[in-house]
Amino acid sequence: MAKMLKRWWPLFVLPTALSFLFGFMIPFVQGFYLSFCKFITISDAKPVGLDNYVAAFSDPQFANAFWYTALFALVSTVLINVLALAIALALTRKDLKGTNSFRTVFFMPNLIGGIVLGYIWNILINCALSIVGEQLLALNSTAGFWGMIILTLWQQVGYMMIIYIAGLQSIPSDYLEAARVDGANAWQTLWKVKIPNLMSTITICLFLTVTNGFKLFDQNLALTAGEPKHATEMLALNIYNTFYARQGAKWMGIGQAKAVIFCILVICIVMIQLRATRSREVQQ
Amino acid sequence: MSGINRRQFVTLSASALCSLGLVACGGNNDKKQGGSDSANGSVYFLNFKPEADQQWKDLAAKYTEETKVPVKVVTAASDTYAQTFQSEINKDASVAPTLFQTNGPSGLIGVKDYCIDLKGAKILDELTNDALKLQEDGVVYGVDYVEEDYGIIYNKKLLEKAGYKGDDIKDFASLKKVVEDIQARKAELGVKGAFTSAGLDSSSDWRFTTHLANLPLYYEFKDTGNPEAKEIKGTYLPNYKQIFDLYINNATCSPTELSGKTGDDAVAEFVNGDAVFYQNGTWAYNDIKKLGDDALGMIPIYIGVKGEEKQGMCSGGENYWCVSSKADDASQKATLDFIYWCVTSDTATTAIAEEMGFTIPFKNAKATKNALANIAAEYAKKGNESVAWDFIYIPSQEWKNNLSSALKGYAAGTEDWDAVKSAFVDGWKTEKEANA
Repeated sequence: MAKMLKRWWPLFVLPTALSFLFGFMIPFVQGFYLSFCKFITISDAKPVGLDNYVAAFSDPQFANAFWYTALFALVSTVLINVLALAIALALTRKDLKGTNSFRTVFFMPNLIGGIVLGYIWNILINCALSIVGEQLLALNSTAGFWGMIILTLWQQVGYMMIIYIAGLQSIPSDYLEAARVDGANAWQTLWKVKIPNLMSTITICLFLTVTNGFKLFDQNLALTAGEPKHATEMLALNIYNTFYARQGAKWMGIGQAKAVIFCILVICIVMIQLRATRSREVQQ
Repeated sequence: MSGINRRQFVTLSASALCSLGLVACGGNNDKKQGGSDSANGSVYFLNFKPEADQQWKDLAAKYTEETKVPVKVVTAASDTYAQTFQSEINKDASVAPTLFQTNGPSGLIGVKDYCIDLKGAKILDELTNDALKLQEDGVVYGVDYVEEDYGIIYNKKLLEKAGYKGDDIKDFASLKKVVEDIQARKAELGVKGAFTSAGLDSSSDWRFTTHLANLPLYYEFKDTGNPEAKEIKGTYLPNYKQIFDLYINNATCSPTELSGKTGDDAVAEFVNGDAVFYQNGTWAYNDIKKLGDDALGMIPIYIGVKGEEKQGMCSGGENYWCVSSKADDASQKATLDFIYWCVTSDTATTAIAEEMGFTIPFKNAKATKNALANIAAEYAKKGNESVAWDFIYIPSQEWKNNLSSALKGYAAGTEDWDAVKSAFVDGWKTEKEANA
């Protein structure tokens, strides 16, 4: 068996490796090259050196979008994980009836696309704002921020909840029993037994929510479109607008440079996060 | 690997690889076929107007039936033309668009390198208005195939109920008088407001950031004679404010709600008879023809400029056809033949004029059945001076987006008119520089 694997592993890896190569590596390398060019279509790019990076770094809106996105990612990551874990804990209790249907209900919003959710919540939030006499979303950056948080929570809490439930169910029941015998209360069991054993799950969930927070695009476009005056424009939307809100070859290159910066930033942040949470993982 | 032995495994993976190979071969075959077609030339039209998608496909099928020349029509989804164009034109010449569209001098910056010079093409001889050629430095990059008009559309029956006729409105002062009177008596007349909501959602804000903004631009360029100017003064901005104020203060909803109102909202209000006036153009005819042709009227947009009694509708086009320089000679010729057929043949002009409802600015084209286009034509016949579409010189989408933000703030009262002025005048300079 082991010998066969040794011999045939390239064949097993081939489909994934090919799709990774064509779907990720080649576009990534090409994209990296294009960030040093000006172009309308990718086959007739003209190199311009570092101009695009200079323009990207000197664009104040890009910097604003970065800080705004970072704040959003932080708030959404904390809220999503706290809520998802709380619901997962509630839905793994044995004395509760109908937990399966609740799990389905919480998971369902995840099945609707971001653009659709964005428009639905746009209508809902605008109605609510007009009833209480506040400015509508397009003029209200506070409402825009919290609107996007609510929308993201609604969409992602269910998904993270499923992962947490799986994590909770994989904790050996003798640990919990031992804790009960030792007289630990629910709070102590949570902090001393469940969470340490959940660390690998938490790593995954944090990874997913942080990257989702940084990459958020559809919801941003549909809910606020960056209004008022780019105040709720996140990084991905800023890059999109750099590409398409102006004419000419120059802007494509600048957009591409921003996309490369964006990619490197997200990779760095996620690496730090992975390192921080991995070190706390325990072996069962 | 217990349930499957080594030989079976090898066979399975081999067949899997083969099927991959077959798929790849299939792709190659398709391409070859495309190649052999293009020996006689083929046409691939990347259409800009989603509302006319099906009509174009039908028309293409008819052309293929008549001439055996294959015509493929692909329509970019609303607001994604630039994206679609960029990915399509990047393809191999045999599968890239041979015919595409641009919206005027600003749009041309992005597509210029892919256009052939149309000088000498016989389609140009048929054009009724030389202004509809898209020219730069003596090169003809595009030719407009649709002439459109916009103004203030009104519901004749409701206007008569209020005791007025379309002819009573001859300038801004008389428009204001009628509008404010209707707004004051809205309960008695059974309407919600004189104007439909001037929605500033992205589905509707172009009516104000592009079409309404055209009027102050037009009058300024008429004075200066230089629409390509790097800077503008905004001489007629007070007039822009005047008309915008009239729209938002005499509408079906309060100005604070405008930022969330959509294009569909305005159509619904007009069709339901909740409002008398609706600023839009001939392309909106299909949305509102339910009211009946005899209930539809249209007047020019008056903004209070001296001598505007002789002003007509805003007429122009932003649908320029460009022929791809990447296509091979046979396909370029096939494409030129196709567009010539589109604007001269009976079949095609009937379809474009009647089914799509466009005015075709070519000599032998059928007259349109679009009631609004016919009203606009009457104004022109009476000798009223049409307002050119100078908004095609607007430097970028970003300029429009910023103007839209400022108008939203102004309408809701969070910002004053200076913000609009700054987006209009300073924004012009910034965006001109950004595109340079």
